[in-house]
Amino acid sequence: MTSSFRQSLGGRIDRSRPLGFSFDGRRYAGFAGDTLASALLANGVHLVGRSYKYHRPRGILSAGAEEPNALVGIDDGFGRFTPNLRATQVALVEGLKAQSQHRWPSLRYDVGEINDVLGSLFSAGFYYKTFMGPHWLAPNWAWKNLFEPVVRRAAGLGDAPHEPDPDRYAQYFEHCDVLVIGAGPAGLAAAKAAAASGARVIVCDEQGELGGSLLSEHQATIDGVAAADWLSATLDELAKAPNVRLTPRTQAFGYYAQNFLGLAETVDDAERRANPNAPRERLWQVRAKEVVLACGALERPLVFPDNDRPGVMLADAARVYLHRYAVKVGDAVVVAAAHDNGYRVALDLAAAGVRVARVVDLREAPSGTGFDAARGAGLGVATGAKLVGTRGRLRVSAVGVETDAGVEWIDCDALLMAGGFTPSVHLYSQSRGKVVWDEARQMFLPGVSGQRERSAGACRGVFALAEALADGARAGTQAARAAGFAAADPAIPRVDNAPETQGGTMGDVSARGRAHAKAFVDFQNDVAAKDIRLAVREGMRSIEHVKRYTTTGMATDQGKTSNLNALAIAAQMLGKSPPQVGLTSFRPPYTPVTFGTLAGASRGELFDPVRRTPIHGWAEANGAAFEDVGLWKRAHYFARAGEDMPAAVAREVEGTRERVGLFDASTLGKIEVVGPDAAVFLERMYTNPFARLEVGRCRYAPMLNEQGFIMDDGVVARLAPDRFHVTTTTGGAARVLNQMEDYLQTEFPELKVWLTSTSEQWTTIAVQGPRARNLIEPFIEGVDISAEAAPHMSVREARFAGVRARLMRVSFTGELGFEINLPPEFARAAWAALAEAGRAYDAVAYGTEAMHVMRAEKGYIIVGQDTDGTVTPDDVGLAWAVGKLKKDFVGKRSLTLPDRLGANRKQLVGLLSEDPAHVFEVGAQVVDSAQPSQGTHALGHVTSSCLSPTLVGSIALALVENGRARKGERLYVAGLPAKVSETTFYDPEGTRLHA
Amino acid sequence: MLLISCPYCETERPEIEFRHAGQAHVARAADPSAVSDEAWTEFLYFRDNVKGLAYERWRHVYGCGRFFNCARDTVSDKIFATYKAGEPRPNVETEAAP
Repeated sequence: MTSSFRQSLGGRIDRSRPLGFSFDGRRYAGFAGDTLASALLANGVHLVGRSYKYHRPRGILSAGAEEPNALVGIDDGFGRFTPNLRATQVALVEGLKAQSQHRWPSLRYDVGEINDVLGSLFSAGFYYKTFMGPHWLAPNWAWKNLFEPVVRRAAGLGDAPHEPDPDRYAQYFEHCDVLVIGAGPAGLAAAKAAAASGARVIVCDEQGELGGSLLSEHQATIDGVAAADWLSATLDELAKAPNVRLTPRTQAFGYYAQNFLGLAETVDDAERRANPNAPRERLWQVRAKEVVLACGALERPLVFPDNDRPGVMLADAARVYLHRYAVKVGDAVVVAAAHDNGYRVALDLAAAGVRVARVVDLREAPSGTGFDAARGAGLGVATGAKLVGTRGRLRVSAVGVETDAGVEWIDCDALLMAGGFTPSVHLYSQSRGKVVWDEARQMFLPGVSGQRERSAGACRGVFALAEALADGARAGTQAARAAGFAAADPAIPRVDNAPETQGGTMGDVSARGRAHAKAFVDFQNDVAAKDIRLAVREGMRSIEHVKRYTTTGMATDQGKTSNLNALAIAAQMLGKSPPQVGLTSFRPPYTPVTFGTLAGASRGELFDPVRRTPIHGWAEANGAAFEDVGLWKRAHYFARAGEDMPAAVAREVEGTRERVGLFDASTLGKIEVVGPDAAVFLERMYTNPFARLEVGRCRYAPMLNEQGFIMDDGVVARLAPDRFHVTTTTGGAARVLNQMEDYLQTEFPELKVWLTSTSEQWTTIAVQGPRARNLIEPFIEGVDISAEAAPHMSVREARFAGVRARLMRVSFTGELGFEINLPPEFARAAWAALAEAGRAYDAVAYGTEAMHVMRAEKGYIIVGQDTDGTVTPDDVGLAWAVGKLKKDFVGKRSLTLPDRLGANRKQLVGLLSEDPAHVFEVGAQVVDSAQPSQGTHALGHVTSSCLSPTLVGSIALALVENGRARKGERLYVAGLPAKVSETTFYDPEGTRLHA
Repeated sequence: MLLISCPYCETERPEIEFRHAGQAHVARAADPSAVSDEAWTEFLYFRDNVKGLAYERWRHVYGCGRFFNCARDTVSDKIFATYKAGEPRPNVETEAAP
């Protein structure tokens, strides 16, 4: 099938490579080098979507990133589906399947069009004013049950894909001397100049082909050759330069602090086909010494009634489609111009054989070479015109023009709008530079830089080709010099035959008397001029409020074609000038960036590092199920054949309490505290007195934050007068060391003490149970570990099976227990040896679940489980651990603040369910009545809870107001009664501990 | 991503090597027991919320591990100076407020 709008000659497409694609199930033909948009237009397809609110038929408006209408869902031929892509930026590939969005049942006949008829229900801020009542129904009932489900289903644009993303995304850091953003004339001139100095230059451009406006420049010559030839020679030269990197398809999306920029590269289709391991996208985080912004300018549409029909396009886009893609956007075209570029477009189209039905100039008395040439070419030109509206349903068929002579409807199948050009200051603004208002030319331009950057070309209002090239060359030279390179003054290219253009308009150019028609400002969010006027009438004064109330500028195109028009309309209503109203903030990303690009390799198994102990392999081989504790994998329980978790835990607890159990405690944090002031330092960091802790003894130590609340706990063991081995919780290791370093470096710098993290330098094997000593004795050399020689809470340096070890007699189970600290390279062998020897005692390996049960049976707290950052030592019965005579320690002063001493503080108590088979839920509220009414103040909550195999029934710990005074009271949890008890359920005298 | 000059390493490093550590020059009383409840509560919980030049602490946690001070404009993110723990606030030349 022929593409009847494709010129037989010209364009930069590769006619030797025809491609097949489909749109909404229908097959079409295009060429390599086409975008989806250009290929559709070549086939005469303008209708590509339905608008967001009103479901109005929409067509392709532009030829670039600023496209608001042509959002399509793409199956890229690799089997990946992505919604909401701009057809103007989708490179055509063989087998591409595109589908329109947001319409049902079809694009031509969309049920949603009813919204257009009911338009007044959807005006700005409608959700504050409609779809609410009736109010005699329950509050919010109608919205939640009747309207919201329907509105939600109608809202949104494309459908998100359901399959997981199988592609890779790569991320790189990059450094350079000069980063040039934009490869149009100014950018390429800057790159040439900077590269000549030897600076390392990166040039990025969002398009697949570099050249920017030069790609559609047919008139001008540069240094005596056609612009296209100058372009290819320049690109060739830059590609060969070893200090230059050219990156097409790379969008600079964010400008961050200190010249740190984010660039998102879409990997070339050809590269992906050649290399199946190639990533789909690449993120470049670039730190540039100097930046040249050559971002160009975007054309503005005209705001008038029904300016959104398919076939109504930006004028320069038509010229781009003609010269780059050899595509006519229509057969009978009207150009509505407030800027001389309209004439250029009209002349180019006419020269290509398109019938230009009229040039409608909105200006009273236009002049200049373009105006003259148009008249000279015999084109009909109307001046001083106003736009009344358009006709046509799925395609524009006529435009209404009002002049002194009255209203005339001119037939056309494309209407091109030349509203003027807006310099692209997005990245400049993100860099925290301030924009300034150019009153004469009515545009915002870059002002004083916030960073080491400078703008060149159209993005700073330098539009003419000769000036843009010169501007770029000077900017590139300046950037190279600022980066420290000796750069000669640049050669300025000579330009001939380039048109000179001027003009532009902002705001509503509707003919009078059509205030209620929809004159669109923001196409993607369906915001019309009357919505903006409504917002101001309803009291919005700040442009930020107008933006959010109407949602203008808030769609995925971020107002690229609407911000200035919206500003002008708001300014007029407010009676202020545009700079007085100001622009809304520019925020990254400039165009949408995929999650994949930002996630990179940080997915699935690589999302977080996994930490395993040296004993992990043994546990795995012996049936352990694992749980995550922070980044660590810890053995949770060891299920034997036929056991579920409760059965395994019961067996592990019984085995440990009756005989002996082995537990891997290696994940605990460990800190070596060394120096003459080590004891003094620990006295200040913990609650306990440590000055008189004897060498060879350990002490349980709570650590408070400065607010007086428990933040961690551990065991402090004294190995020498100036050496301590300190443990922390698994999750708190880094936090504790950080707090110690903070105070040591910034509060107590005079103390002579050094801190070293030894968490990974020691593995810890806990051996617990009445037979523990029997089990380990044969392995220990050099030390007497009898009950008299090594009492509970002692530490000895010894050898374990010939390996140096620190042996601590500590217990978290309440049984006779030891913790053997060994260098990690021996841990697994030591464990295996103990397990083997343990068979004689019918020893068990136990995991964290059994450990939790056993410590709960003894009422030992777990920081973060029984404490929540608001708990003092006294609250959990640890007042004994606070040294009364200590002058000062971290948190001490706070312990005497009024609320820390107040009545009714929550205190840790035990809870025994009156039905021992029932296990309370952790976090459940504790109250004093079986059926409290709504709003009753809860006395506290359950912090730990489990079935105790030892007590054959459930036990729980809870924080309850005045808990200690309530011993024996009956309280209720989830309607069920419980008795308040002591926190120690098992061996309260501790006889087993001291065996 | 900020570039921060660690005064101990004497080199500029990217922000991901550091951790922000709160307001600088918040002095802990030498004798907390002599401080009133009100003053101590202020020390614990009240911090400045500066629009403009702020003095804050950073820790070079993935580098030398040291805490140091920094003068940064919270609006422009420009860092004017970094200086060692214990040193007094330096005199920084700031740009005129816009």
